[in-house]
Amino acid sequence: MTTKKQTLFEKVWHAHTVVPETRETPAILYVDLHLVHEVTSPQAFSLLRERQLRVRRPDCTVATMDHSVPTTPRNADRPVAFTDPQAAEQVRQLEENCREFGIELHGLGDDTQGIVHVIGPELGITQPGMTIVCGDSHTSTHGAFGALAFGIGTSEVAHVLATQCLLQRKPKTFATRVDGQLQPGVTAKDLILAIIAKIGMAGGTGHVIEYRGAAIRALSMEERMTVCNMSIEAGARAGMIAPDDTTFEYLSNRPRAPKGFEWERAVQRWRHLSSVEDAPFDCDVSLDASALEPMVTYGTNPGMGIPVRGTVPQPKNASEVNSLRYMGLIPGETLLGKSVDVVFIGSCTNARLSDLRQAAALLKGRKVAPNVRALVVPGSQQVKRQAEAEGLDHVFREAGAEWRESGCSMCIAMNGDQLRPGQYAVSTSNRNFEGRQGSGGRTFLASPLTAAASAVAGKVADARELMKV
Amino acid sequence: MNPIKTIQARTVALPIDNIDTDQIIPARFLKTTRRAGLGQWLFSDWRYNADGTPRADFALNRPEARGAQVLVTGDNFGGGSSREHAPWALVDFGFRAVVSTSFADIFRNNALKNGLVPVTVQAQFRRRLLSRPNEPVVIDIERQTIATADGVRAPFPLDSFARYCLLNGVDELCYILKQEEEIAAYESCWGREYSMRAFH
Repeated sequence: MTTKKQTLFEKVWHAHTVVPETRETPAILYVDLHLVHEVTSPQAFSLLRERQLRVRRPDCTVATMDHSVPTTPRNADRPVAFTDPQAAEQVRQLEENCREFGIELHGLGDDTQGIVHVIGPELGITQPGMTIVCGDSHTSTHGAFGALAFGIGTSEVAHVLATQCLLQRKPKTFATRVDGQLQPGVTAKDLILAIIAKIGMAGGTGHVIEYRGAAIRALSMEERMTVCNMSIEAGARAGMIAPDDTTFEYLSNRPRAPKGFEWERAVQRWRHLSSVEDAPFDCDVSLDASALEPMVTYGTNPGMGIPVRGTVPQPKNASEVNSLRYMGLIPGETLLGKSVDVVFIGSCTNARLSDLRQAAALLKGRKVAPNVRALVVPGSQQVKRQAEAEGLDHVFREAGAEWRESGCSMCIAMNGDQLRPGQYAVSTSNRNFEGRQGSGGRTFLASPLTAAASAVAGKVADARELMKV
Repeated sequence: MNPIKTIQARTVALPIDNIDTDQIIPARFLKTTRRAGLGQWLFSDWRYNADGTPRADFALNRPEARGAQVLVTGDNFGGGSSREHAPWALVDFGFRAVVSTSFADIFRNNALKNGLVPVTVQAQFRRRLLSRPNEPVVIDIERQTIATADGVRAPFPLDSFARYCLLNGVDELCYILKQEEEIAAYESCWGREYSMRAFH
């Protein structure tokens, strides 16, 4: 036990310690929820098979397929069309592994399939105070619920499957305080891009970030997920936001959330999930949300972001020189007005209903520019259905954008949705590394509002211009 | 995993900062269901021309790189995606260690689990390595030192448990499985009732 005032992270860490850390050995941490997808799991299941091990807690394991699945529209007459036999095989192996090991699978054809970090929360599977892991670095998304959620490699996927535990050294804590108020047209995506620009792409290495302050409290759950999602892009282990009434309201009546008396008990306990007043953090940084502008990245890592009306800064080192060369940009030029070829609205960062609503509100009654291919990829089949119930799909199609099936799609470009060499994209995803969205492809990361406005303009645009009455 | 006590090998330099795992192994190669065979796709977008022919000027394609087993890189190596395919590709290519001034957390952990040793050094020592391209170095896991052929030695940090696993060929999964009693004890308290835990 510790007498130190505990942060949110420390409370969750201590509650899950099976064997405490020593100088010689890492802690053994229990995992409440193990999320699985098709790309990082096959070798893990193969290892279990080789060693004749079973999955210890299939009831704590949930799988979906998202990274390499096609998003081409499908219906009863036109089923899933894999163009890549390797991707089809990977998906088939996940299906077989889930069958063999008794794991719940939200697969293609299921109305609950989607991007793993979208379906967990929307089904109420992700809950406050949990430890949640997945073979995917954007697992940090679930930290929006006050869960300790982080990405792991395939070897660790095997560890968790076999033992429901992980070896972990305790990370440090990093308080990121955001006060003030996001201005109209400035979104959670702009906020996290601004945070990463401030901290740097490795600024959070070895730390779990806790997002605090009035501007964070004011965010909806979907907005909090956007923020926590990109914690990894600042190098952090995880990102967390303490749960509150916003969290409980989101969760209540979700299919897998506790019900009735159990719900009351859970909420009562979840209310303790906050950092104790004056709990010390190892690092801290502050931002004023009121001063923020819509952000766009100009370089080849997510930390290279500037306000949309800003100018490309002078490169500070050889890495940044290379970055600008790859992006075909020169210091001093404005991004605004830069011609784009593709607009991608999707990914675990920004493909939830509120993101699609924002994009649709801007596209309504307008047309995607003739030089632009715009794709809208909902984060899950549930998001797709909800969007269609509101007629958002009509708005997108009327505007000339493609309305697709759910999946990771062009964020990681594993499924055929990708940029051609040299193409520029404004993308609501989370990474702008060289070739991330297709070999030679060049990515401007931005919010759904900026993406929608850029689709209409045919170039990088400030959505606030279109929002003026 | 076989025990590793020392690595005596030649270096090859890729003095680029912020090499992320998308560069180490692009996503289109993640559709494999095996661990082996990724070495041919290591740094694929830098190594090969659009027509698939090797780029003669890329460091790993140069004749002097052949047989090198220690990669010397710029700052902040291995950021981005958690794909363990990155260390798999490096190991499959033939690397046994990577030297940098800093590593991303997930990559460092993944590398160690595959016997690929991340060696963190100061910039000054890395400059020394870069000024002696393709020369042998000795990486001593027990002493946690890296030495150039002319005997200049630098310490490097290594998590004590990771060091123990490397030196003794300890399989981490076996290690955790041996803690069955503790795991069962934890589950008998909290097993299915995680939300009932106190969070004070």
